[in-house]
Amino acid sequence: MKKNSSVVVDLLLLLLAITVLATPAFSDLVLSKVERRIDVTSQIARVTKTLKVVNSGSESVSEFTLTFPKFLSNNLAYLSVSHSEGKGKAKRSLANLSVKEAHPKGMPDSISFYSVSLPKPLSKGDTLTLEVVAAFTNVLQPFPEKITQRDIHLVMLQESAQYLSPYVVESQSLSIKLPNARIESYSKLENTKVQGSEIKYGPYKNLAQYSYAPIVVHFESKAAFAVAERLVREIEVSHWGNVQVTEHYNLVHRGAQLKGEFSRLEYQDRPNPQGVSAFRHLLARLPPRAHSIYYRDDIGNISTSQMQSDSKKTELLIEPRFPLFGGWKTFFTIGYGLPLSDFLFASEGKRFLDISFGSPMIDLVTEKLIVQVVLPEGSKDISVTTPFAVKQSHEIKYSHLDIAGRPVVVLEKNNVVPDHNQKIQVYYKFSNINLLSEPLMLITGFFVLFITCIIYTRADFSISKSSAAYLAKLQWDEVLATLQEVQNIIQKCLAAHDKLEASLRDLSRTGDIQTCKAARKSTDSLLKDLSKELRPLLASLQSFPSASQISPKVEELVAKERELQEKLMAKHTTVVEGYEKKSSGRDIENRIASQQQKIIALRQEVDDLLEFIDEI
Amino acid sequence: MAAKKASPDLVNSSFSFKSLKLKTKQQELLLRVSILGLVYVLAFIARLFSVLRYESMIHEFDPYFNYRTTLFLTEKGFYEFWNWFDSESWYPLGRIIGGTLYPGLMVTAALIYWTLRFLRFFVHIREVCVLTAPFFASNTTLVAYFFGKEIWDTGAGLVAAALIAICPGYISRSVAGSYDNEAVAIFALLLTFYLFVKAVKTGSLSWALGSAFGYFYMVSAWGGYVFIINLVPLYVLVLLITGRYSMRLYVAYNCMYILGMLLAMQIRFVGFQHVQSGEHMAAMGVFLLMQVFYFLDWVKHQLNDTKLFQTFLRITVTSAILVGGIALGVGTASGYISPWTGRFYSLLDPTYAKDHIPIIASVSEHQPTAWSSFMFDYHILLFLFPAGLYFCFKRLSDATIFIVMYGLTSLYFAGVMVRLILVATPAVCLISAIAVSATVKNLTSLLRTKQKVPQTGSTKGVGSSKSSSKVTLDQSQPFHKNGAIALLVGVFYLLSRYAIHCTWVTSEAYSSPSIVLAARGAHGNRIIFDDYREAYYWLRQNTPTDAKVMSWWDYGYQITAMGNRTVIVDNNTWNNTHIATVGRAMSSYEDEAYDIMRSLDVNYVLVVFGGVTGYSSDDINKFLWMVRIGGGVYPVIKEPDYLVNGEFRVDKGASPKMLNCLMYKLCYYRFGELVTEYGKPTGYDRARGVEIGNKDIKLEHLEEAYTTSNWIVRIYRVKPPTNRL
Repeated sequence: MKKNSSVVVDLLLLLLAITVLATPAFSDLVLSKVERRIDVTSQIARVTKTLKVVNSGSESVSEFTLTFPKFLSNNLAYLSVSHSEGKGKAKRSLANLSVKEAHPKGMPDSISFYSVSLPKPLSKGDTLTLEVVAAFTNVLQPFPEKITQRDIHLVMLQESAQYLSPYVVESQSLSIKLPNARIESYSKLENTKVQGSEIKYGPYKNLAQYSYAPIVVHFESKAAFAVAERLVREIEVSHWGNVQVTEHYNLVHRGAQLKGEFSRLEYQDRPNPQGVSAFRHLLARLPPRAHSIYYRDDIGNISTSQMQSDSKKTELLIEPRFPLFGGWKTFFTIGYGLPLSDFLFASEGKRFLDISFGSPMIDLVTEKLIVQVVLPEGSKDISVTTPFAVKQSHEIKYSHLDIAGRPVVVLEKNNVVPDHNQKIQVYYKFSNINLLSEPLMLITGFFVLFITCIIYTRADFSISKSSAAYLAKLQWDEVLATLQEVQNIIQKCLAAHDKLEASLRDLSRTGDIQTCKAARKSTDSLLKDLSKELRPLLASLQSFPSASQISPKVEELVAKERELQEKLMAKHTTVVEGYEKKSSGRDIENRIASQQQKIIALRQEVDDLLEFIDEI
Repeated sequence: MAAKKASPDLVNSSFSFKSLKLKTKQQELLLRVSILGLVYVLAFIARLFSVLRYESMIHEFDPYFNYRTTLFLTEKGFYEFWNWFDSESWYPLGRIIGGTLYPGLMVTAALIYWTLRFLRFFVHIREVCVLTAPFFASNTTLVAYFFGKEIWDTGAGLVAAALIAICPGYISRSVAGSYDNEAVAIFALLLTFYLFVKAVKTGSLSWALGSAFGYFYMVSAWGGYVFIINLVPLYVLVLLITGRYSMRLYVAYNCMYILGMLLAMQIRFVGFQHVQSGEHMAAMGVFLLMQVFYFLDWVKHQLNDTKLFQTFLRITVTSAILVGGIALGVGTASGYISPWTGRFYSLLDPTYAKDHIPIIASVSEHQPTAWSSFMFDYHILLFLFPAGLYFCFKRLSDATIFIVMYGLTSLYFAGVMVRLILVATPAVCLISAIAVSATVKNLTSLLRTKQKVPQTGSTKGVGSSKSSSKVTLDQSQPFHKNGAIALLVGVFYLLSRYAIHCTWVTSEAYSSPSIVLAARGAHGNRIIFDDYREAYYWLRQNTPTDAKVMSWWDYGYQITAMGNRTVIVDNNTWNNTHIATVGRAMSSYEDEAYDIMRSLDVNYVLVVFGGVTGYSSDDINKFLWMVRIGGGVYPVIKEPDYLVNGEFRVDKGASPKMLNCLMYKLCYYRFGELVTEYGKPTGYDRARGVEIGNKDIKLEHLEEAYTTSNWIVRIYRVKPPTNRL
């Protein structure tokens, strides 16, 4: 009741102030016609006024004053005044007029004044039509303040049936649009009509300055009283093609508080579930082409959300973990990526991000909105333009692979309603070369890593260069190297053998004895060279004490190989001779059969030995 | 060959190509490194099923505590962490966190986190915690490779790495999100053993030092370090008895024990227990025995007279045993050496816990293991293990003796408690790897020797068929060869079955976070029950910050971590009386329970109830344990009061005490009006398949504060006492 009583006190103060108010302090303007429409179908009271202003005085006037009772203006979230020209269908509204709070002297505190500067001074007898849109939060007071799960949700609206104005009003009417026809009570004045879910007051003629007729409407509201006590929107621009938006909501249900039990049985009861005052879900209307949407909170992913998208918009229906009853709170985060090309533009050598300021949630009131625009590392000359006043500051944020950090523009605004969902522009300068710095850093990192590995494996980190183990290791390496060379040479020999065999096969096909002989000659010389190379290697191998077990094997290998050579040569000679003598193929084959067997056996032994050495 | 013949110029080019070709050894190295690399990656990604199926989240119960403490550590720093007194649990007693936990896991995760931040990767600590277990599992495969290499050969090492990478017995505790001590402890355990075996093998001080540090890490990470400090002395003792005592062993054990002990005492939770408690006495005894042994050896060396030595030996051994026995007796009697704890007893004797400590017996993972779970967790390893043992005995060495002892003891413990399958897994994998590797190696060597003859023969054309000397040999070989091929195919079939089984088990059984439950709907669609988090989050958001929540201890860690509220008891079951008090409150009538709850300042009571969804591990099914634990301390609570003819029922035939106790009332409050299943009466409990016995439940001192959408978690508010007017 505390809130309500304070409102009542405010009202009394206001009435008091009005009665003592001195007459004309303002110019001789007259409002010839005032139409007010109050829409309370959601939790926000949205007031639209059409004011027809006539200058009845002699001087031209360039300022117009709007007044609100203090208890309303405290909750004023949004106010815009535009003037329109023409009549009827052809009426079109022109640019918004600038509005600022004014504090005229001698006026009571219980009335707030806003002065509107007119587009051109209004000269005598001229008329002007002004369109005023104002949105109020927290003016729908839940009454009773605490309800059980089974009760319906009733709220109360306090207003004035007559328009509070510093000017004389010739004719005014008020209509209040309620969410449904269930009206608990309303103040009955003269000329009051109820049409379905709409209450009409007026028209009232010829009202004096500062006329005031308090009314109270008490009605049922099924709207979600979802209020974000604090909303942090982080908009991170990546020049790799993405704008990542992350929104952290501290949500609370500001309707009548739940008292007593919460019964799941009744809440889930079909066909008449109890607990209509709770809301289950919220709808967020995201920009088109939003992708990678997630919805989670402190303790993990929340799986109850649905998404629908088409070319115009992306709709995300999110359901908190539990239904929110009056007074219940929750916290969650939604995040989504947007294509950069839809939001980033260039102008005059600068880039600018053109993105919506408020939350994408439908009918959400935000008590404190913090928008953090994170620009890429290396952005300069940052400036922001907003359609309304916000508190600005700068921060640095560190993200992956940042060195200097990313510049962050922080915009803060209290009491934000969906009417604030207008575009803001963040201008900055950014050179594309900075884009490469992070990949380059990664490349350098890996490069350094590999280089260190290479150095580590290649370099000798032994502390005592003269220790026995170290020397033995060095020697062993040498032995292995020598062995490797020996192996290579033997392999070459074997390859030469194969060539010799191939030449024999050539011979059997072509019968060209001369080529065959030449082949033998070249192979012979090659083999001799190789065996010359082999000799010092063998000698050095024998000199190593650690190779004492290997060297006999190696020697055996060399000996076998030499034997194989000889046998092959002998076979070759035999075959060639056979051809020279023009002996028959079978004859030659018979003659070399025994040699062939030996060769195969020797080759097998050589292979075995090679394999053995390989395995050391 | 044909190319060479056609143009001799090409010979040179083919030579240069040949020189580019890797040597066999390099090829082998490349192959080995790439296999290891693949196994490393495989071990990591096989554990990511849980992230794919659910999300990147912490699993189960204990990990939530670890996560909470890690969060604290990264936010407040190590000093604060070490001195942390947690007033959010065990209300009103509180808990000294720094002195009652093994900090290894948290410090590891925090170090990874800080390193990543230093490298400018700004990851969330949760991601680090979730991926710690897979990361360490990957590291374990590397250790398994080196261990296998040490006890057998590189082949066995590779097989061991591959086997352990996907073994379900290990995966069950190391999937992504399973942020528990075991995740790093198995790595530390295997590392310590490997380094110790290496130290024994080389006698090198540096390896022994390494193993001491490995032991230190293990002590910091998990209470299972007691296994190391008992297995290693046992191993040393066996080596002494089998006459394998050597200077290498002396160096390795002494260094490892002394340094390991000093390091282990730095962990506050262990502290002086390491020299005082009965569980650590074996290590100290063996250490002293080792000195005696060494001394005797020295004396023997000095005295050349065998007879003199015999007498000396007798005197020394008797006096050493006497002194040791007296010291042990006096120590135990004076209380300086604490006796074995109940947990230790229950390990040695499976029936102990059932009779003496219901709180240990009530945990499902402390039950004796069923055969099916062995089969489930080991699959083919179960019969490869004996084969591996055979190979180990065939080639007995210090290292194989160790692995045999590790395998046999840990397998015994695995039989005693389900959760200890984990400890046995590395040993089973290593021994099985020996079996696989040795078999495959034998078979392929059979194949290779034979393949060589026809190969060389074919190049030589006609000649080979006539080589008479080989013919006799060849004739016996086709049979061998076919047999070998068949066996090889069999081995590969088995191994592929193993891989399939492991993947299936991982994806189906071990990847569930158990916070989020998933079920299949009537149309095969996946239904998610996220009730736990719904309830915890409700607690976090919509209760006063100083609210005290009473629940059975299973949910304590989760409530503090996710709900951020003070709990009466939690999973760190250090105070049995406190738990018994909660058990007593749950099993009393409402007005009696109300007094208990008032005395504990309880504001909310949380129960888990599966009657609507058919979720069977709920509080009603755990209720008898509450009665037993409560009754163990407060004799007012008697188990027979809740049973009818020794049977636990909740329907009309249940005992009156059961139908009116607090737990029953809280679970079934207003359940009697609900239709859970079509064609069944109202109040049909789907978890137990009966219609409940008490449908008209009135609560006097409590009121329903919140029930989750599937009724799995129900939270009640304790009303303040009414004014006495």
